[in-house]
Amino acid sequence: MTHTLSVLVENKPGALVRVCQLFARRGFNIESLAVGPTERPDVSCITLRVNCEQQPLEQIEKQMHKLVNVLRVRELPPDESVERELGLITVAAPPPRRAELLALTEVFNARVADVGPETIVFEIVGEPEEIDSFEELLRPHGIRELARTGRIGLRRASTRRPQLQRALT
Amino acid sequence: MNPVPAAQTRRISGADAVLRSLEAEGVEVVFGLPGGAILPIYDALARGTTLRHVLARHEQGAGHMAEGYARASGRPGVAFATSGPGATNLVTPIADAWMDSTPLVCVTGQVRSHLIGTDAFQECDITGVTTPIVKHSWLVQEAEEIPHVLKAAFHVARTGRCGPVLVDIPRDLQEAELDFRYPEQVDLPGWRPPTRGHPRQIAEAARRIAAAERPVLYVGGGTLNADACAELLEVAEAGRLPVVTTLMAKGAFPETHELHFGWPGMHGPKWSNLAMNTCDLLVAVGARFDDRVTGKLAAFAPGAAVVHLDIDAAEISKLRRADVPVVGPLKQILGELAGLLKTLTPPRTEPWLRQLEAWREEFPLRYGNGGELKPQRVLETLRDLTSGRDDVIWTTGVGQHQMWAMQYLRCDRPRTFITSGGLGTMGYGVPAAIGAKAARPDATVVCVDGDGCFQMTSQELATAVLEDLPIVTVVVNNGYLGMVQQWQSMFFDERHSHVSLTRAVPDYALLARAYGAEGFTVSAEHELADALSEALACGRTAVVDARVDPMEQCFPMIPAGAAALEMVEYEEPAGVSAA
Repeated sequence: MTHTLSVLVENKPGALVRVCQLFARRGFNIESLAVGPTERPDVSCITLRVNCEQQPLEQIEKQMHKLVNVLRVRELPPDESVERELGLITVAAPPPRRAELLALTEVFNARVADVGPETIVFEIVGEPEEIDSFEELLRPHGIRELARTGRIGLRRASTRRPQLQRALT
Repeated sequence: MNPVPAAQTRRISGADAVLRSLEAEGVEVVFGLPGGAILPIYDALARGTTLRHVLARHEQGAGHMAEGYARASGRPGVAFATSGPGATNLVTPIADAWMDSTPLVCVTGQVRSHLIGTDAFQECDITGVTTPIVKHSWLVQEAEEIPHVLKAAFHVARTGRCGPVLVDIPRDLQEAELDFRYPEQVDLPGWRPPTRGHPRQIAEAARRIAAAERPVLYVGGGTLNADACAELLEVAEAGRLPVVTTLMAKGAFPETHELHFGWPGMHGPKWSNLAMNTCDLLVAVGARFDDRVTGKLAAFAPGAAVVHLDIDAAEISKLRRADVPVVGPLKQILGELAGLLKTLTPPRTEPWLRQLEAWREEFPLRYGNGGELKPQRVLETLRDLTSGRDDVIWTTGVGQHQMWAMQYLRCDRPRTFITSGGLGTMGYGVPAAIGAKAARPDATVVCVDGDGCFQMTSQELATAVLEDLPIVTVVVNNGYLGMVQQWQSMFFDERHSHVSLTRAVPDYALLARAYGAEGFTVSAEHELADALSEALACGRTAVVDARVDPMEQCFPMIPAGAAALEMVEYEEPAGVSAA
């Protein structure tokens, strides 16, 4: 099963490596990873997606808590979180196909980030699953290049319940 | 940082700051070996310090000495090494300290800051190499950080679950100057080890213990790290609870006490494993359900509920689900538990204790008589020669001799049995003994070693002799990588593949004399007591080469992956009487 973890770490060299190593040593592949600043300049947030069973995940979370640079670990349950991702997609766009592509863009609330003689670079922000769909629909047109940020997430403001935070033991 | 009054600060070099920090931390001894990238720190040592520096012959030796020092004293061990190969030679001791939760502070020199990342001479990313096996590491970025980093390093090494830390200091920062003041506190917002076990959980643990008919205290090395042996004794006596101590906890509970029932696991006596596996309540105290203890996990202690007391929340339900977890410092938890047990109904364990005693009578440790000198006899003689003495500290290497040491030696005091448990580091024994001797100069430190282990770190005999840290090493010399030979004999149709070392090369007594130590060779039982007595009494570094039966196997043995009670026991050959 795939889990999304949100890990607050001190903004220090090595913090990311130490967190990721706990997955790597068990042979778990991190499917997506996003690191960036938070409301505090000395704190960074790591959002990572990993496919593993509940039991090893709990073990990893406990071991993460023991890392000196780690301030908080919590899982983001899909129904209680807001998750977003940004994707940039370069698509083959000869003039006869452009209208169709731009129509698609509108449906997905995507934007044109750049236009060239033969290609268009689209920019889309949304739930990761929306980006998946957009990607699938563009694929027949010929995706030349694609980059995604990996998802970031926060607890929903509407269902924020502090007791949901995973207890240490 | 708040500005501090000038009177409290001094302008000194980074290298001096390292030494002043260690002195402020109360460090007495460091173990190390110099090299290019740590020259400024060694120069500072030469210019004056209260620290004693013990010069090892190999950085691995220095690391294990620091571990031995830590285990004998309860204080963090400190090791110095230079960059590159000096630092990588510390990797094995760091991994060892990680597995056995030994507080260890390693200070390594690094190439100059501007050369980092250029594959400079003797450059190695040692913080990268050691990331999975340290509690934390620091690559110092500014000379001003040095006192703060060292304060944090000692704090992290010895709080929570003990373990190794590493501080890597580029050479230019050792030379740079800073305003030195050793901080009184550390600022580590992410480091919050538990400070108290929850009273409700402790009460529940007490209730379960009082209600149990067949409880066992399964005591691990965490009890020693927590300095909780007195409290453990109180708990055991208050609840009339049988105690089984793991290899790492040997000595945490007096082994001549009527409530001590041996050691669990792969080479534990049958009666100890019967106790562990037929109990109705397993109280794990600073223990981690290691595979060498449990055997096949699914079959381990099938009828037992588990109370798990540990400082490390990550150990709870890691391998065996805990019915009653209590996370916190064992000294406090066991202290409160003892108090509660005294107020609860009188213990109901007497029939269980009688059963355990009966098993101990029924299934004693056995080995064959006749033929060549038996290794078990060497250990029994050592035990008998030191019985009643309270000044003996044992260290071991890893393998058959280590298991015989566990089975036959008797340790009644904490921190008197120092061994490599989790990592199983061959070569640990000699340097660990030197470190223990540095921590306890009054003690008689005896390393029980194998011939394979001894050859991995025997160069440290020079350190023992020249640093006046006399130790006695008893080489249980069967001319084999004995435990590997045993596995090949038992599980690989006796195909002995690359395990023969020969008993004669080198001549260990001669080697000892080459180092200026005493050397003894014995190969017959009647020579044994005299040689060992003389070695123990000589007050100098000594090596006793005990040439033992090459094919003696260590029993009982639980084959890897088998259930604990599927152990292979010693079988008496026809016509030979058991000892």
